[in-house]
Order: sequence, then C-alpha cells, then structure tokens
Amino acid sequence: MAKKTTYRPKLTKRRLKEWGWGYLFILPWVVGVSIFFLYAMVQSLQFSFYNLLLSGGIQLQPLANPFDNFASVFVKEINFPVTLANFAIGLVLQLPIIIAFSLIIALLLNSKIRARSFFRMIFFLPVIIATGPVMSQLTAQGVASVPMVSQNTLLTVLSGLPEFIYEPINNLFSQLILILWNSGIQILIFLAGLQKVPSTLYEAAKIDGASGWESFWKITLPTVRPMILLNSIYTIVTLATGGTNEIIELIYSVTYAATKGYSYGAAMSWIYTLIVGVILLIAFLLLREKEPKHQDEAVYRRDVEAAKTLAKLQAKNARHRRQRQRREGRAAK
Amino acid sequence: MKAKTAETREARRDRFRKLMLGSTEKRGVLMSIVVYVLLITIAFIYMYPILYMLSRSFMEKSDLLDASAKWIPSTVTLKNYSDAIATMDYWNSLAKNLYLAAVPTLCQVFICSMVGYGLARYNFPLKKFWMGVLILSFLLPTQTTALPNYLLFSRLKLVDGSIRPFLLTAILGQGFKSVLCILIFFNFHRQIPQSLVEAAEIDGAGHLKAYFGIAIPLSAAAIVVVTLFSFVWYWNETYLVRMYLGYGTTRSTGLTTLMLELQRFEDSYNSTFDARASSVTSTNKLNDAIRMAGTMLSIAPLMIMYFFLQKRFVESVDRAGITGE
Repeated sequence: MAKKTTYRPKLTKRRLKEWGWGYLFILPWVVGVSIFFLYAMVQSLQFSFYNLLLSGGIQLQPLANPFDNFASVFVKEINFPVTLANFAIGLVLQLPIIIAFSLIIALLLNSKIRARSFFRMIFFLPVIIATGPVMSQLTAQGVASVPMVSQNTLLTVLSGLPEFIYEPINNLFSQLILILWNSGIQILIFLAGLQKVPSTLYEAAKIDGASGWESFWKITLPTVRPMILLNSIYTIVTLATGGTNEIIELIYSVTYAATKGYSYGAAMSWIYTLIVGVILLIAFLLLREKEPKHQDEAVYRRDVEAAKTLAKLQAKNARHRRQRQRREGRAAK
Repeated sequence: MKAKTAETREARRDRFRKLMLGSTEKRGVLMSIVVYVLLITIAFIYMYPILYMLSRSFMEKSDLLDASAKWIPSTVTLKNYSDAIATMDYWNSLAKNLYLAAVPTLCQVFICSMVGYGLARYNFPLKKFWMGVLILSFLLPTQTTALPNYLLFSRLKLVDGSIRPFLLTAILGQGFKSVLCILIFFNFHRQIPQSLVEAAEIDGAGHLKAYFGIAIPLSAAAIVVVTLFSFVWYWNETYLVRMYLGYGTTRSTGLTTLMLELQRFEDSYNSTFDARASSVTSTNKLNDAIRMAGTMLSIAPLMIMYFFLQKRFVESVDRAGITGE
C-alpha cells in the first residue's frame, strides 16, 4: 500500500516507467470496468430519470416530473415494498444464523477429530452446487427444511404473531437447510482464522486456570472478530445478489415486461442498490473494530485487558483455594 | 482388607471419571461423543436434500406415492434419467455448457492474474481509486448495470446465442465474480517476496519476463483455485447467462447451459413428451422423480469434478488467501 509521506520524490524516468507498466498490467480491467461498471452505472441512473424507448436506437423521452419512475415504483408496484421488507427482515434473521452456524462448524472442525477432511468435504459441497435453479427445485420438493423439526407445532406456536413477522420466520424454517448451505466459504474463512491462533496461547490460559468457555470468549472470539465482519459482508453480498432472491426476479420481470419498461426497471434497481449499500454500511459500522489511532494505544489497551483478566483469574483461584482449605479444615475436624 | 478394596474402587471411579469427563490434557470420552454426534447430525441435515434427491431420482411412480418407500425405492429404475436426458437434450447441452464455461474461464484466469499482479506489484497514481472501484463493483448488485450492458451488447450485435459476450467481458476483466479472482491473485502476489522479482529484474529480465517467468510459476496454487472457482461460477450463473445469450434463443439456435435447461425443465418436458396435450391421467405426466433426475444430471459434472479435486478446492482456499487479511 502507498505510504503517506510528506516529501514528493522526483519524477524520475524509472518511476514513470513503473507507472506505465502498472497501468499496462491493469489496462484490460480498467477499460472493462469503465465501460461495463462506471459508465453503465451512470447510464442506468440516467435511464431512470427518463422514459426509455428502443425504437431505432436509444431514445430518451423526458418525463413530466423527473422522479416519476421512482415514485411509481412505490405507488404502482405494490409488490416491491413488500418484497423489499421481506428481504430485509429475512436478511436480519439469516445473517446471525449463518455466521453462528459457520463459526460452530469451524470450531468443531478445528478441534481434534478424526475424518476431518471427510467432514470438511461435506460442509464445502454446497458451495459447488447451490444455485438458483437447483435450490428452487429442492424447495419445491419440500426437502429444504430440517426433517426432525416438526414444523406444524412450531407454526401453531408462532401463528399468534403479526403477519409481517410470521411470514419471514415461516420462510426461514421452510428453507433452513438451504440457508445453511450458504455457509461453505464462511466456514473456510473462520477455519483459516482459527488455525492462526497459536496453541501456546490456550496452554498459557489453561495454566492460569481459565476454563474452555473463558478461553473461547477471551482468545478465540477476539481473533476471529475481523473474520466475522468479512463473513457478514460476504454473506450480505451473496444473499443480495444470489439466485433465489425474489427482488432480483421482480426487477428482471419488470424490466423486460412490455408494459412497464426499461426506465422503470432501472429506477427499481437503483433503489435496490442504494438499500443494499445502506445495509452493507450499517453492517460495517456495527461490526468493525474501533481502530486505535496509534499502534501504542492498541498495545496498551491489550495489556490493560490482559491485566484485568489475569487479576480476575487470580481472584478466582484464590477463592477456590480458600474454599478448598476451609473444606479440608472441616474434614480434618 | 475391606479398606483396601474401597480405596481401589475409589481410584477406579476416579480413573473412569477422568476418562469420561477428560482432564486438562485430554478431552474426555463424553465430550468426544458430543462432538461426533453433533458433527454427524449436522452433516446428515446438510446432505439431506442431496440424499433425498438421489433416492427419489431412482424411484418408480408407484413408489413416489407410497409412504413406506420414503428412502429406499422398491425397484430401481433408470427411466427417470433417460426421460430427463431426452428433456434436456443432455449430451448436446453438456457439450455446449462445457465449452461455454471452460473458454471464458481460461480468459478470466489469465486476465485476472495479470490485473492482480499489476495491482500488487506496481505503484501508480490513482491506485487507491481503482482499488475502491474494484471493491465497489463487487459489493453492488449487478442488476443495476445489467440493463445498459445488455443494450450495449445488442447494439454491438453480440447477443445471438454465441460465446462472444462471455469472451468480451472475460477479456476485459468483467467476467462472473472476476473481482474475487482479482483479489485472490492480488493477495497472493503481495505475499510473494518482492526481492525475488526484483532480483530477476536486476539480472536483466524485463517486466514481462519477470511476470511470465517468475510470478506466474510462483502463483500456481492461486491459478488452480481461481480456475476451479471460475469454472463453477460460469457453470452456475443463470441471470447474466440468460442475458448474454439473448432471451429468445432456443436450444437449437444457440448455446445453452444445463442450469438454463433445468430452469425451463417443465416446459421442455411438456413439449418433448407432448404431455400437456394428453389428459391428466396420462402416463407421461412430469413427476417429481424425473425432476430430481434432471436436477441430479445438471449438477453431476460439478459433483464429479469436486470429488476428484476436493482437496484442491478446500485446501488452497486458505493458502491462496481468499480470507484477504
């Protein structure tokens, strides 16, 4: 990464050459991203403020009010706000499940077990085969829910809830396995993180009297924390663009429907893009680590934290020792 | 005498407890049982849809309705598979799909390797800006850019069911999920010691020679991962494939993929076997067993590939730094 320096090195021939080679290597992508991403984004924004006609090339017809397309997405298309709300609620419900599930699986796979590669193979398999058409075939068969959970009991318990909460929860349970199928990459990312924790750290904690539970909260969780953020972002992106997403199907059908038209679809997809962007931003702000300004501060904070934990453990040990002595004293009497 | 047996009994009980509950050094048997039961249960739940699909796809129609034959078919039949093969025009579609997935994958791997190397190795103005654009193009849903790109392709007369839109996007680094490919290469090349490449340059190797002669051979692991994943992504994508191939194309006129065939399975079935015209009680009616056979067939090539290469898939993910620290 570029270092922040106050001095400006002279523009030598060598530096210019490096710039040139750098751009040469990334040139295909720069051209591609400029046409297919940057320009396309601008164009799609432009479409959404006009009425797009495709008679003999692209024609943009001005609207009475430039925001007409956006307004009619919410007024005319009653499905859109509902689908959007369902997507958001579904995301809020699914995200913690996927993250917790993949962390648990990663912890299990990281412990000393036999046939680890066999289990790893099973948990990674859905990454290869979980696609829109396959998932919808399986959902149609009703095999997407966990077989042991009696759904009817659950649904009668939940049926007292209002519709807009009941519906996503019902969805969640009827597709639980397929939701869990979205955790393959996340498991691997957690696993890679867990393997980086030096085992000496756990041993030291054990000698100091920490229980497994305590070492999980004090050692494991802080180490995988950056991975929780990474996995959350990854999960949101895959869920937001994945093949089973209903909004995407809606945008698709609206865009290519004869009566509604391209600009309408463009407006809709821009609204969706903004909402996904906001969701990602919220996730980032909630889950990021508050970065200390200086390296020293981080070290200092870590030391303070360690000292606190140590003091707590010592107090606990002393308490246990006192109890033991008291018990032994009583037994001696 | 009595005291002694009591003592040994106590010692034995202690040993037993240690074995069951474990000590600080070793995990107890009970804990191990919990771990394995948990793993096996979750693995079963995870595989449940696939196992169900597999068993259903061999069932005869009478078994589908028979509740007693939930898992094991009373007679194993291959007719579902032959029907599904006819419906999807399987061998033809498979060949087209292999072509459509493999060729863009190769382009994508080469271009992404170059771009990742360029971003990792060189410093140039606006580098941070381009990195930001890279991340942004991954985060935002492709639906926003899909429409203008479709219009562009159709103006260039590329949307005719050929491979050309796939090649164009792959060569310009805009293939399916190419951002992830670029990031994998970027991370990988960043970890390679710069001194290796610089030493080669001092020895008189040019920039291109340093890339082809040193960087590419060193990044073999990343190349394998990216190739496998790209192939899977090209195989599985439907939204953009539908767009690139043109919405109206039929199987006979242009390229197709097995996922697209699976998506329109019902329609193809009805036209292949003329089932809609015949009555509801017709023996030709599409049933779940045929659907499951079709689903199995469409993922079979990937499954076979996975079972041979799964070590490569799983191990290299963390070696190639998909974790991106």
